[in-house]
Amino acid sequence: MFVELGHFTLILALLVAAVQMALPMIGAAKGWRSWMAVGEPAAILQFTLLGFSFAALTTAFVVSDFSVALVTANSHTLKPMLYKVTGVWGNHEGSMLLWCLILAFFGALAAWFGGNLPDRLRARVLSVQAAIGVAFLSFLIFTSNPFLRLEFPPLNGQDLNPLLQDPGLAFHPPFLYIGYVGLSMSFSFAVAALIEGRVDAAWGRWVRPWTLLAWLNLTIGIALGSWWAYYELGWGGFWFWDPVENASFMPWLISAALLHSAIVVEKREALKSWTILLAILAFGFSLIGAFIVRSGVLTSVHAFANDPERGVYLLAITAVFMGGALTLYAFRAGGMQAKGVFGLVSRESALVLNNVLLAVATFVVFLGTIWPLVAEVVWDRKLSVGPPFFDLAFTPFMMGLAVILPIGAMLPWKRAALGRMMRPLWLALLAAFGVGALAWVVQTERSLFAPVGALLGGWLIFGAATDLWQRSGRGDLASKLRRVVRLPRADLGRVVAHSGFGVTIFGIAAMTAWQIEDIRVADVGETFGVGAYEITLEKVKEVRGPNYFSTKAEMRVDRAGKHVVTLFPEKRVYPVAAMPTTEAAIDNGVLRDLYLVIGDPQVGGGWAVRTYVKPFANWIWAGAIIMALGGALSLSDRRFRVAAGARKQPKPVPAE
Amino acid sequence: MIRAIVIWILLATAAMAVQPDEILDDPALEARARELSKGLRCLVCRNESIDESNAELARDLRLLVRERLVVGDTDAEAVDYIVARYGEYVLLKPRATGSNLVLYLIGPVLLLIGGAGATLYVRRQRIGGPEALSAAETARLSEILDE
Repeated sequence: MFVELGHFTLILALLVAAVQMALPMIGAAKGWRSWMAVGEPAAILQFTLLGFSFAALTTAFVVSDFSVALVTANSHTLKPMLYKVTGVWGNHEGSMLLWCLILAFFGALAAWFGGNLPDRLRARVLSVQAAIGVAFLSFLIFTSNPFLRLEFPPLNGQDLNPLLQDPGLAFHPPFLYIGYVGLSMSFSFAVAALIEGRVDAAWGRWVRPWTLLAWLNLTIGIALGSWWAYYELGWGGFWFWDPVENASFMPWLISAALLHSAIVVEKREALKSWTILLAILAFGFSLIGAFIVRSGVLTSVHAFANDPERGVYLLAITAVFMGGALTLYAFRAGGMQAKGVFGLVSRESALVLNNVLLAVATFVVFLGTIWPLVAEVVWDRKLSVGPPFFDLAFTPFMMGLAVILPIGAMLPWKRAALGRMMRPLWLALLAAFGVGALAWVVQTERSLFAPVGALLGGWLIFGAATDLWQRSGRGDLASKLRRVVRLPRADLGRVVAHSGFGVTIFGIAAMTAWQIEDIRVADVGETFGVGAYEITLEKVKEVRGPNYFSTKAEMRVDRAGKHVVTLFPEKRVYPVAAMPTTEAAIDNGVLRDLYLVIGDPQVGGGWAVRTYVKPFANWIWAGAIIMALGGALSLSDRRFRVAAGARKQPKPVPAE
Repeated sequence: MIRAIVIWILLATAAMAVQPDEILDDPALEARARELSKGLRCLVCRNESIDESNAELARDLRLLVRERLVVGDTDAEAVDYIVARYGEYVLLKPRATGSNLVLYLIGPVLLLIGGAGATLYVRRQRIGGPEALSAAETARLSEILDE
């Protein structure tokens, strides 16, 4: 019954979205206030309907209603409750419903918090947002309906892919979708502004919080996915340049660029048409990402829905929205006059450079991702583009970014004296070289990889600290501290996010260059040395979990005769899904991770055992979390200011 | 239940990436083999190198790489040997020849174009803008730039 209700509200939501798309747009063009006013209640109604629909599907998963085809294909009565719920979005149809729900949620947010927007702009934003909703809701209903029933329901389901039964991966999609879909808001604002023909500082201020929200969720989502790959796939890799990873990374890069150029629009009213273009492209990369993941054109380890019909539909959505928006852009962008003027050495210029580096890096990732397809279609060359290429082609851009970042972040607006501005930064640079030299001295390899990473990471972190120190003014430490606390949150956010970038760079360089790997056969009771550690395989036994069988080893780790930790790596088999997984046992630490994997029993006795010592591994994700935290700090400032602006104007300003 | 156990036993023997019995006695050769393996694609997997893959074919390729190195091939010869048999699809880093040059050059070229475009933009709006610099400011600026 509730499944049918969910199905019904889903169709109803499509109809509401169609109304929300048409009426406010026409109203805004004709100046009909009552038509424009339809947008807000429609957005909220659409969200409510989809919320009900999503709740209905979740209920079907929770009570294991196997008359629903999707539940049968992706659930099982023995599955823990958490994974029954997260199983709702662990498949193509359900995740698409979540996508639509978030899309409507952003529309509703714009309706709720859009009180300070001009009526006409708000109507147009909601209309564009609804147009995206119409496209995706009809995609969902006509090609991937999650509510289809089975004529003969089975007694039990086919279980969710065991790799997805994991907390890291369970919450990775919702964050990513908030990110992908959040960029639709920036897109809607960009298209609305193009139709309006006006982009000013206020527009920059409105579009920034949405971009920030999308970007920080993308950051968390990507970090979760990477962290999951690290502990689940069994060899401790954290990034594979897989097409699906790139699909989330490209929007992240381009929204980072958008985030920065929107500041220039807001503070200086320059870079307007470039910012509009970035807002369009950022969502474009989200759409391309959805296409890559769900069409299976570029096959990858974790694409879960490979279907040509869906691919064509998604490609059509991408083509219509990108084609439409870019055509509009071609006609309207010329009319945008920059107001703020700035010198060659200024924060504006530094942000332009930031945008060039990020945009080109995005394009390189994009081309590398689709290159196998291009080469095959155009030249009939079957080839692969994998991690060694991306490492080579992408890394220089991030290094360049890291070099200019601390300087750019401290440059004043308009025009600056580079020499005077650099004075406080010399110390940071010196300290960074110190860290780099230290890395060179402590390592046994003669490779520059880790020292350069340490140098750049240190430069970013010390640079951010210098930034904060300068912003806190003169006086003793106590008064400085007081001023730091009272700094605008956006400034604090900048410092925090930039230092997070440094932490991640250092983590990646240190772990990649310094990790120790040991692969061997160990008998039960045998002790072997890896790096500074002695590891003993104490026991191996067979155990049963709720929906799996497991081979569980007990391994004792000592260092210089002292017990460090005892770890229990597992090899699991999920009989329903007929799939084995490795559950590495990891001892997390600030300075190093110990990473143990138990393998197969060997013919001559003993077990295959892999041991990794991964220095500074956690810094990679810690840096990402710090970046997201910086985004959140900045966002809290923005919201405060928007709310304050709204309070100053109790009555909405009538549209001109 | 019995069926479940049978499947379990079958699956429990699934190999994982590099096996202890594959490792060469000579650590230098082994290091070279590992490095080469990271750049070769497991053909039956979706996007994994043979170094990471659990597939049977990946194991065969790993053994083949080691065989070539033991015979005395250089890194390039060993890779050529594999490419001659499996095609350039096996390379995770495509060769920078022919049409692939586009892939390799697009980054630097775009960076140059973007950099030039950005410089032009910054200069143009600096000179032509309503707040164009006065002679004194221009002098000061060049002084700054010379610092």
